[in-house]
Amino acid sequence: MQINFEHRQAAHCENGVTTNLLRFSGIEITEPLAFGIGSGLFFIYIPFLMVNNAPAFSYRTMPGLIFKRTCKRLGIDVTRKKFSSPDSARKVLDDCLLNNQPVGCQVGVYYLTYFPKEYRFHFNAHNIVVYGKEDDRYLISDPVMEDTTSLSDYKLSRVRFAKGPLAPRGQIYFPHLDEKVTKEKFAKAIRKGIKQNVRDMLYIPGPVAGVSGIKFVARKILKWHDKLGNHKTGLYLAQLVRMQEEIGTGGGGFRYIYAAFLQQAHDYVPDDRLLAISEKFTAAGDMWRDAAVQAAGIFKGRLTQRDDFVNMHDRMYQVAEVEKEAFTQLSKLKF
Amino acid sequence: MNKKDIPQDHSALVNYIRELCYAVGEDGNYETANSTGWEVKTTALDVAWKDIETRILDAKDKVLRGKVSPVLFYMELRLMDIKILSAYTGFWQCTIKRHFKPSVFNKLSEAKLKKYAEVFDISLKELKMEHFNADKL
Repeated sequence: MQINFEHRQAAHCENGVTTNLLRFSGIEITEPLAFGIGSGLFFIYIPFLMVNNAPAFSYRTMPGLIFKRTCKRLGIDVTRKKFSSPDSARKVLDDCLLNNQPVGCQVGVYYLTYFPKEYRFHFNAHNIVVYGKEDDRYLISDPVMEDTTSLSDYKLSRVRFAKGPLAPRGQIYFPHLDEKVTKEKFAKAIRKGIKQNVRDMLYIPGPVAGVSGIKFVARKILKWHDKLGNHKTGLYLAQLVRMQEEIGTGGGGFRYIYAAFLQQAHDYVPDDRLLAISEKFTAAGDMWRDAAVQAAGIFKGRLTQRDDFVNMHDRMYQVAEVEKEAFTQLSKLKF
Repeated sequence: MNKKDIPQDHSALVNYIRELCYAVGEDGNYETANSTGWEVKTTALDVAWKDIETRILDAKDKVLRGKVSPVLFYMELRLMDIKILSAYTGFWQCTIKRHFKPSVFNKLSEAKLKKYAEVFDISLKELKMEHFNADKL
């Protein structure tokens, strides 16, 4: 049994699943639009959550939120289920497929056999679409892959019930569509998405998130250098770059997607300032990439002087300033 | 980033995926293109893996000297930490820490050892201290 589902590659898994599922339901949406409407852009430093023995950073919102917000803002109902047992999880999945409904699944990456070994860590917030079943193999559309693939029943069950932080617990989700989404609704959703993103990046309380979070980490780099030494700081910076540029979760990449979102939003909300602000985000993305090159010098052991760490600190401060300015301008748009 | 500047470096992804990137095209509009990888990113990944390898070797050394039980070694080998191992086995974190001690580990019941062996994807025999042979892996 196979559903007529169009697989489109995306830069990031959750955007991709959201876009592909909504497109299946007949909504003309692109990855950047889904990302922007879902207020996907973010920065957070989570010092107490150690991932592979370095603190966690994230350049996007909490897993699951992009899909949730995008659907909500477009006025689409969503079914979302978690399970306590693999058997009931499999049964519900099979029922959905019989009803001709492709299903988004949250999975862990570690046991995902079609990924290269180098990328398989215990990371549990990857998203895929299951769109059919053929002789005990589930047909999988993984949005970061170029082509579709398949997984056996056992393997799918294993990744759906991966354990650890953010354990998916077999979570599935899909949208229900009753009526067509109008252009006005899109415009409204875009405004809402931008508004919330401004709030998330500029006004979120506490020092570790949003624009101030970037500056916080910049200062932390100097402290790590004093306290933990070159090697450990290098490891932490490698983590920062990996989270920024990891497969399907690019950070500089996210800034580019947001810039693309503002360009595409212009079709729905004709305000020329959006295009100018879009260029700012492109600049921010470029600066993140340059900072990553500097960080690479440090964790490769080529740059060891304190000045090099100060340089890294300055670069992150500059990115924070550019993003702050861009979001402040966005907040001033009255539409 | 301009579309023509998208890096096409060698990476671990080469035979699997070419990832999608967003970049500015010639007319100033965003377009997508595929990339085989970026050297900076590959190095960051290498650094992380080198750290993991040191931790595995370190654990192996400790097991061979009889300082810790093979549970620690296999935990590192499977890229887990105590939190994740606790989630997979159902043992409490403090219990797992106790199981790191060879004296405690050697007295563990078959059922508990079986649970570890299952999670680590190895046979019961391989898990036992006297059969520990990390070179085979």
